[in-house]
Amino acid sequence: MNIVVCVKQTPETAEVELSLDESGRGIETEGLVFEMNEWDEYALEEAILLKERFGGEVTAVTMGPEGADAVLRRCLAKGADRAIWLKDEAFEGSDAYATAKILHAAVKGLEFDLVMAGTQASDDGHGVVGVLLAELLGIPHASMVKKVEVVEGSLRVNRELEGGLEEAVELAMPAVLTIQTGINEPRYVSIMGIRRARKKEITIMGLADLGLSEGDVGEEGSWMRIERVYRPPVDKEPVIMSGSPDEIAGELVEMLRARGLV
Amino acid sequence: MAELLVLAEHRMGELRDVTLELLSKGRVLAEENRLDLTVVLFGHGIDGYADELSGYADNVLVLDHPDYADFNAEAYQQALSWLIGERKPKLTLMGHTSFGVDLAPALAVELGTPLATDCIDLTLKEGRVVVTRQVYGGKLNLEASLREADGYIVTIRPATFEADEPRLEKGKIVKLEAPSVDVGSKRFVEYVELPPGEVDIAEAEILVSIGRGIKEEKNLPLIRELATALRGEVSCSRPIVDKDWLPKDRQVGSSGKTVKPKLYLAAGISGSFQHVMGMKGAGLIVAINRDPKAPIFRIADYGVVDDLFKIVPALTQKLQELKQQG
Repeated sequence: MNIVVCVKQTPETAEVELSLDESGRGIETEGLVFEMNEWDEYALEEAILLKERFGGEVTAVTMGPEGADAVLRRCLAKGADRAIWLKDEAFEGSDAYATAKILHAAVKGLEFDLVMAGTQASDDGHGVVGVLLAELLGIPHASMVKKVEVVEGSLRVNRELEGGLEEAVELAMPAVLTIQTGINEPRYVSIMGIRRARKKEITIMGLADLGLSEGDVGEEGSWMRIERVYRPPVDKEPVIMSGSPDEIAGELVEMLRARGLV
Repeated sequence: MAELLVLAEHRMGELRDVTLELLSKGRVLAEENRLDLTVVLFGHGIDGYADELSGYADNVLVLDHPDYADFNAEAYQQALSWLIGERKPKLTLMGHTSFGVDLAPALAVELGTPLATDCIDLTLKEGRVVVTRQVYGGKLNLEASLREADGYIVTIRPATFEADEPRLEKGKIVKLEAPSVDVGSKRFVEYVELPPGEVDIAEAEILVSIGRGIKEEKNLPLIRELATALRGEVSCSRPIVDKDWLPKDRQVGSSGKTVKPKLYLAAGISGSFQHVMGMKGAGLIVAINRDPKAPIFRIADYGVVDDLFKIVPALTQKLQELKQQG
């Protein structure tokens, strides 16, 4: 079973003070740590698990600027066989739709039974690229997948619904699956894996290699144009308790006592 | 008259809340832009829903077919692309739900219609759409305009808008038949329900909830001890269940349980909207988090900006001392 996995790097933003860049349409990325998007870690793991069971090859694809190849090295170290880096200055400013078109141009020529992607990315959280890609490829899809089974050449997957519910869905292959966190336990990168990854080549493809024109990508090829990024208005501020841990604990207990909660 | 389309959502015999939320926002936009508000209802044996929805929309379009009984993105997409092609609505609204996420992007590509997802607000002025979204885990908001087009598709985050009261003047119910019904290569099989856990956290009066901040599984006893001292139960945010440190029935949030305890103590939880949706109805919310910018502080009543590994044990100890004093 040949599987293409779409991954991207996202900045780690928990416990980080974010500042806006000069344009007011993005954030200052200097000093931020970039990692593989959490959802994509699970998508990659699911692809490698399927490869280990059914054989075949895993190809990792990412679109991103200088430095984005780190995420591909990580995929190779974990067990991906090939890696494609979609890199071109023209791609800058691409929204989810333009990104899907770029991925489509790269993926359509590959031999695959499955395409996998994270359900969403931790930065912009559109949660659409995988399904856009499926429609561009003209193949079926299932999003928010929590379980994958291959039954007699077709797929039976569980999709996550609201409130702890899932739905089982059958679909034909080839297909696109967008993977939810928690579906598996992503493996760690081994030293052996890192060594192996170093020897593998990353294929770089730009606008012309993909047969795309400038109007297809970047802001021009996008549906969405970012106007501004800003701090959300605060409509409620909590009472902040400060002091030593002991003082804070004392204050909290008093507050809970006054309310009859302890 | 030009119209604004809202896609109704129902599951296992219940109309989902998001439908009325979409209709309430849809009503505002429809009035501002002099559009008819039309709701599209797919399903089988759904006259009851149609009747209910007629209190909120000018038109209720009913597509009743056995193959529409349960949500199927392919079947719905086929009918919707036909319907949107015929009626040319200025704007189509759906929920950013498991249902909308599976349907909207493919439909948008097929129709060539600009799409924005997971929006918390939008405006429609002179045929242009501007949306507001949250980015970076809710730390920042983003405003974006959609490329000018004849129609747009926007998915809205559930629980963003409040449902209206039904209107006295009921809308028209129109039964429609799609030219063909093809479930394509995707088939709904069954619902898979969560096995019941040892306790139902939805019933708990006090919840001590833990998130990513607990760092390692071996630190969980810290939280259990605090829960015991407070005579409450332990719950958690999604990452803890993803890592299998606690069972799924302990998860609070849109994909877990909705809880309404008297006290919700969130330790090391950043407060993603998915989590907040499951607990914002709590009587009192206390949040402990090292990150002063964590979104959880936007809904907390009391906040402690500090390390949970210092605060939680201190709090447990104070409570135990109090108990000994009797």
